[in-house]
Amino acid sequence: MSTRARVPSAAVLPDRFVRWFAGRGWSPRVHQLELMAHAQGGRDALLIAPTGAGKTLAGFLPTLVELAERGASNSGNAGIHTLYVSPLKALAVDVARNLERPIAEMGLPVRVEGRTGDTPASRRKRQKEQPPDILLTTPEQIALLIGDPSAGRLFETVKRVVVDELHALGPTKRGDQLALALARIRALAPDVVTVGLSATVSDPDALRRWLVDPRRGRPMAELVQIAGGAAPDISIHQTDERLPWSGHGGRHALGAIYEEIKRHKTTLLFANTRAQAELTFQELWRINEDTLPIALHHGSLDVGQRRKVEAAMGEGRLKAVVATSTLDLGIDWGDVDLVVHMGSPKGASRLLQRTGRANHRLDEPSKAIMVPANRFEVIECEAARAAALAGEQDAEAAKPGSLDVLAQHVLGVACGGPFDAGALFSEVTSAAPYANVDRATFDDVVAFVATGGYALRSYERFAKIRKTKDGLWRVSNPQVAQSWRMNVGTIIEATTLKVRLAKARRSKAGAVGPGGFGGRVLGEIEEYFVETLTPGDTFMFAGEILKFDALVDTDVYASRSTSDAPKVPTYVGGRMPLTTDVAARVRGIIDDRASWPTLPEQTREWLGLQQRRSLIPEPEQLLVETFPRAGKNFLVAYTFEGRLANQTLGMLLTRRLERAHAAPLGFVASDYCLAVWALRDMGAMIAGDLLSLDALFDQDMLGDDLEAWLEESALMKRTFRNCAIIAGLIERNVIGAKRKTGRQVTMSTDLIYDVLRRHEPDHVLLRAARADASRGLIDLERIVEMLARVKGHMVHKPLSRVSPLAVPVLLEVGREPVYGASQDALLKLAADDLVAEAMAED
Amino acid sequence: MTIRSARLTHDAIEPTLDVAGVALVADPLGALFEPASGALIVADLHLEKGSSFARRGQMLPPYDTATTLGRLARLVAAYQPRAVIALGDSFHDDGGPARMHAADRAATAELQRGRDWIWIAGNHDPAPPAGLGGEARDALALGALMLRHEPTAGAAPGELAGHLHPVAKVAVRGRSLRRRCFATDGARVVLPAFGAYAGGLNVRDKAFAGLFLGDAFTAWMLGDAGVYAFASRGLRPD
Repeated sequence: MSTRARVPSAAVLPDRFVRWFAGRGWSPRVHQLELMAHAQGGRDALLIAPTGAGKTLAGFLPTLVELAERGASNSGNAGIHTLYVSPLKALAVDVARNLERPIAEMGLPVRVEGRTGDTPASRRKRQKEQPPDILLTTPEQIALLIGDPSAGRLFETVKRVVVDELHALGPTKRGDQLALALARIRALAPDVVTVGLSATVSDPDALRRWLVDPRRGRPMAELVQIAGGAAPDISIHQTDERLPWSGHGGRHALGAIYEEIKRHKTTLLFANTRAQAELTFQELWRINEDTLPIALHHGSLDVGQRRKVEAAMGEGRLKAVVATSTLDLGIDWGDVDLVVHMGSPKGASRLLQRTGRANHRLDEPSKAIMVPANRFEVIECEAARAAALAGEQDAEAAKPGSLDVLAQHVLGVACGGPFDAGALFSEVTSAAPYANVDRATFDDVVAFVATGGYALRSYERFAKIRKTKDGLWRVSNPQVAQSWRMNVGTIIEATTLKVRLAKARRSKAGAVGPGGFGGRVLGEIEEYFVETLTPGDTFMFAGEILKFDALVDTDVYASRSTSDAPKVPTYVGGRMPLTTDVAARVRGIIDDRASWPTLPEQTREWLGLQQRRSLIPEPEQLLVETFPRAGKNFLVAYTFEGRLANQTLGMLLTRRLERAHAAPLGFVASDYCLAVWALRDMGAMIAGDLLSLDALFDQDMLGDDLEAWLEESALMKRTFRNCAIIAGLIERNVIGAKRKTGRQVTMSTDLIYDVLRRHEPDHVLLRAARADASRGLIDLERIVEMLARVKGHMVHKPLSRVSPLAVPVLLEVGREPVYGASQDALLKLAADDLVAEAMAED
Repeated sequence: MTIRSARLTHDAIEPTLDVAGVALVADPLGALFEPASGALIVADLHLEKGSSFARRGQMLPPYDTATTLGRLARLVAAYQPRAVIALGDSFHDDGGPARMHAADRAATAELQRGRDWIWIAGNHDPAPPAGLGGEARDALALGALMLRHEPTAGAAPGELAGHLHPVAKVAVRGRSLRRRCFATDGARVVLPAFGAYAGGLNVRDKAFAGLFLGDAFTAWMLGDAGVYAFASRGLRPD
């Protein structure tokens, strides 16, 4: 990044801009000029900068300069000059606001418009006829435009594409979608130059590759990097109160946090889950004697409500906001001067990015407080802080592009106009995520789009796209394009139900059926959560304790409750697993007895007790404890590999324990360990050589056991459903049809999965689903590494009672769904109970 | 109603349900076998549903007909029925028989060989399937039983019907399980849909209201190895 010498600032920045900067008491920053030099030289570039460094302005400066110079000479419509793509609609709105100022103050002849799913159809139509100079939009909207017959005309004028928050988009399906769209835009607008804007990442080269077309000769985009400003000031909340053994509430600390809120101008409180956000909000208001304006913001709340909070925040009218990750991304939040992390942020990057929301000036430190919710989290917070201060970033493995997204794209391209398969293959593999797709796989995808791609070629006559005499593929009829347009997108939301606040009424509780009552919508809630509720149950939502009254069609009716504690506390939304680096540091702190004195007394005492009663595992060791408790026999393995990996491991271990006749009944997983309970005494089995830990944790479990479990798992079925919807096998929205409830779709994709798996186990859609499942959802790589690491380093500690280290996970039993028993076994169990009950009443 | 057994294996054929005094075997694949007459009864095969969707651009795997017929073949091999009775909606639409793959056509003929085969008319397939063998009926009396597609409103002792695709949902240990089921109050039965792609309707839906005495019934949920009884009051709505 030593391009600096080539960039004499006065040479590239027109007077008008120099004066504008000067008028605001600013001078252009080095990175802004560097980025401009790259843009003017036609080189794709990636800007990596911490929040507050003026990233967005840097991204737009080359565009504004070019448009200013083109200015008056061009009175007619020149088409779109710059496309700005962001993962968040709200971000596009925010950026539009930030651009208005320099444009207005310098009197630039530039028209900026946004285009999102919320943009009225009339304006979208006008945008196609009279495009703005700068179009701010989302990956979904770009995909839609690519499938538009006017795509060629619309994109041929584009000189620059700015991709914001690339670190967040890159490794996702939306990132795949955008990468493919970029490849298409390059085909339509050969001069286009890309600019990527990103927060600090562990592997910038992956993003640099993402931004270029290697066929043009450069394997990576130029890198412009701003070193982080002042080191953040992150402290860990100390308490004299009793730290809980488990749980994630952090309630004990809120009195002290309330005082901090009073002392600061604006405080942002981040929670890891919606449940935690709700709880924190509730508790703060309980003690809010000064009635400070404290608001709640999370993804399940009604959009209107969220916009109100965002606006109030921007205007500085709020003293504090309790939020979940919906606010993680780079929206400008005004004058936040304190960030509070409720619970451990689970990873160094997340800690840094959230902390960066406080104080948007680079040269002053951002201030943050971490609030450990339990004794173990103290260690985790220490580990996360150490990792963050050491400048570590969470490793984010580059992800091969998903084939379901490719299928959606191929049909989109066909909707935009006829295509040649060879040319499209070359274009697709120029997108970094798809660089390694081979021609056979690509052809499978095209065949899938056309007729489903089945070996039994019975759908030829219904083909959606057809190869015509000229060798080009074309859509068969206009309905195909219409239906594609209605189903573009890669975000498959969990089926959600509207929560309505019912007025107090006398209707029968639990009534199902059409009802003639309305009620204000508070937000949306996942169907699976509602399934666990029985009428009369209380739960926390939108900052209130509500009583579940009834489910009517897709609406949940609830009324305000007077109870002070909700009956159903767990609402596990968006929980993140602990990252590998932080996990390794946690293990290090536990092992390093010299560091114990820096821990709070309660945590120290707890670790000391563990040392006396059981043992403290060395960093490379896997400690396995066995003990009896409440008539069951427990086996606890301390893997420190995060919740997802431990859940997967639990599934596999229970299968093996079943075969070893240990009669496992279930397990729960936490970020640190998993606890299995069984009818037989597994400690005695190990002692008597009836059960071998080495065999139990052998790497071969990742072969047949994994496959057998995965193929039958609900997880795989859910993943398949998402792939089937994205790929267009199942349509979310059917032309002229009333919106179906999600449940029916779930059922039918499960049935389709079963049939397809038996008849064509290698079908392209199953390959796509398996890739998704093994990559993200079950954290397979961490298990692979862990099993290799602990081979020969397993320590078994038979105990007569529960060990101190095991207490937190055992307290999770009963709060978490229990896994491990087969569905048939569960059915039989429940049926027998009910039958016995039925018989007893006779 | 007497509960005879909660489990059933193919080597020990035991009657599971009594309906209007007739002993019936409820098979976990979703069929009823009537030992006295040797009749195997299935509902809502929805053959060629996959190709029906493909016509409209949703290219569902074209193996549903083969899968459904394969399951039927397993039942035929296990029970050696003297007659097979399909309770209507045997095809997803009236163009279905014409779209049928030659191999599936041959498999159907093989299943029909040496036994009676009756297609009862359904709302999806009011006309008998052309060129597929078997007899077509609107309804059929079988001793004390009356077999038809759509359940009659109100009390109908001895009726075996399909049409509604019953599924039941139970919550067990924090998980919810949703399975196809037989719904019966001892006087009549609504059979689960048998077709590989046939969806389900929760038995708590109002479409089931009034079919059973006092709206109380037992849902025999289909498991992998057996059928499991649940009293209707313990079942969950969707």
